[in-house]
Amino acid sequence: MSQTLAQKLVARAAGRSSVAPGEIVTCKVDLAMMHDSSGPRRVKPMLERLGAKVWDPGKVVVITDHYLPAYDDESRNIIRIAREWVREAGIDSFYDAQGICHIVLPERGHLRPGMFVVGGDSHSPTGGAFAAYMFGVGATEMLGVLVTGEIWLKVPHTIAMEFAGKLGAGVSAKDVMLFLIGRFGLDGGQYQAVEYRGDAIRELSMQERMTLCNMTAELGGQVGLIASDSVTREFLKTEIEIWESDADAPLLAHHRFNAGELPPQVAAPHSPANTKAVHEFRDVKPNLAYIGACTGAKLEDLRMASRILKGRKSKIRLLVAPASLRDQQSAEREGTLQVLLDAGAELLANSCGMCAGYGEHLLPEKAVAISTTARNFKGRMGAASAQVYLASPYTVAASAVAGRVCDPREMLA
Amino acid sequence: MRAWVFGDNVDTDVLAPGRYMKLPIEEIAKHCLEAIDPSFAAAVRPGDIVVAGRNFGAGSSREQAPAALRHLGVAALVAESFAGLFYRNAINLGLPALVCQQARRIRPGDSLTVNAEAGEIQNLTTGETLACEPIPAHLMQMVRDGGLLAHLEKRCNTTSS
Ligand code: SF4
Repeated sequence: MSQTLAQKLVARAAGRSSVAPGEIVTCKVDLAMMHDSSGPRRVKPMLERLGAKVWDPGKVVVITDHYLPAYDDESRNIIRIAREWVREAGIDSFYDAQGICHIVLPERGHLRPGMFVVGGDSHSPTGGAFAAYMFGVGATEMLGVLVTGEIWLKVPHTIAMEFAGKLGAGVSAKDVMLFLIGRFGLDGGQYQAVEYRGDAIRELSMQERMTLCNMTAELGGQVGLIASDSVTREFLKTEIEIWESDADAPLLAHHRFNAGELPPQVAAPHSPANTKAVHEFRDVKPNLAYIGACTGAKLEDLRMASRILKGRKSKIRLLVAPASLRDQQSAEREGTLQVLLDAGAELLANSCGMCAGYGEHLLPEKAVAISTTARNFKGRMGAASAQVYLASPYTVAASAVAGRVCDPREMLA
Repeated sequence: MRAWVFGDNVDTDVLAPGRYMKLPIEEIAKHCLEAIDPSFAAAVRPGDIVVAGRNFGAGSSREQAPAALRHLGVAALVAESFAGLFYRNAINLGLPALVCQQARRIRPGDSLTVNAEAGEIQNLTTGETLACEPIPAHLMQMVRDGGLLAHLEKRCNTTSS
């Protein structure tokens, strides 16, 4: 029977040779990832109430990223619980203040094609860039996994998003996702598997692929998947299995686009689905630019911003929060970071920061921000009156220089 | 009982705003939905039902979104569709979430009774009966137990005794 990548991954985890969409199966979990906000502080008391232990501490990764830098008693306490609990539970894979979970997880070699992984965060589909079936769960469901090592799942249908050709200069994975979310809506993914394919996707680096799969959350898919290939192998620096859909596997929908025709995209407040081409926003004058988050401040993202910012100055406040410490160090070594600083960027911690709306830096009343983050829901990044426009690192950088929303291609020429 | 009606794509940042996420659920619940209806948290009564359009609960995996509603005493959610992750979380917390294609026929303040297993909503105000997708019996068992935690607790106790 021909199967999609999603079916193959679920079948493997369910111990079956094949599964059919719509079937409910129980899967064995290869890895469970948690962060400080939805992880230890929530699951520890529940485990205690059950008198239960973690089924396999070697299969759990804990990463602190949401309440960092801790700035008050509550956030310090949340981080402290994470640090203490990993010791108690015998979890060795603990990354403290190393960056945002979705970036740190593959960076430290925890993801491999073929795995079945749950994450205590809605952007967990990021792992699908590695041809791993990875999706987000809430804290109580995570507890179920921690106790049993298993989770039930309705086998998803697959929606294929195929991009032929090649993205133009100054156009990135973020533009692809904003376009798709604008086109299909926040529930376009119908909680099914969304598979990205085509020459334009094959061309993308792993970090760009991660941006696609990450924002499958905003598209409403359960997972975002990309078949493994030589790009995956080079990033992981190890032999890998090739996991891909059979060519004739039945799909729920197959959408085809020409990547070369896609202009940079911007999503207006207060939804990632409010997307239009960048030129429609020429009159918008942001007073703050934010380059941050798992979906917008990886090394690749910082490089995109630096291509625009080289030799230029930001007219507005420009905040940069590199997505991981390693990416920041790489950016420093290669000079990318200096370009950003010379343009006037203020450097923030390698954490979720403003994206989560948890910390000390929040958008003030009436702020108009242009941001590389994934969500611009009302009040998420601070005041409910703040207006947040979402765009690629190229577009955010170009808009910072121009002091108005600007097509980055004008500055790349 | 009493229906509170909202639109499409009500998101988890509106249900459980980030800046209160470090606080206990009692505090988070006070701000539930305040960005779109500042009166909601104070005026909602135990047993009330939240009704919405498409994709209710879009966004984060934060369980505090359904937990805040449950804390305020909301007895059930009725929507044209739910975000998948939110749906799992709601059921796991013992808050029944009903998919009802005719949710738009419900008006604010209508008096409703819900039968989740049969997949039926009675609108006592208009006399209408609306069909919804039934919640499977094994999930309703978990909902009645008070959610996955209580359900697991029951299971752990039965296996150990
Ligand atoms: S950076 Fe933003 S989107 Fe990414 S995990 Fe943190 S809060 Fe979520």
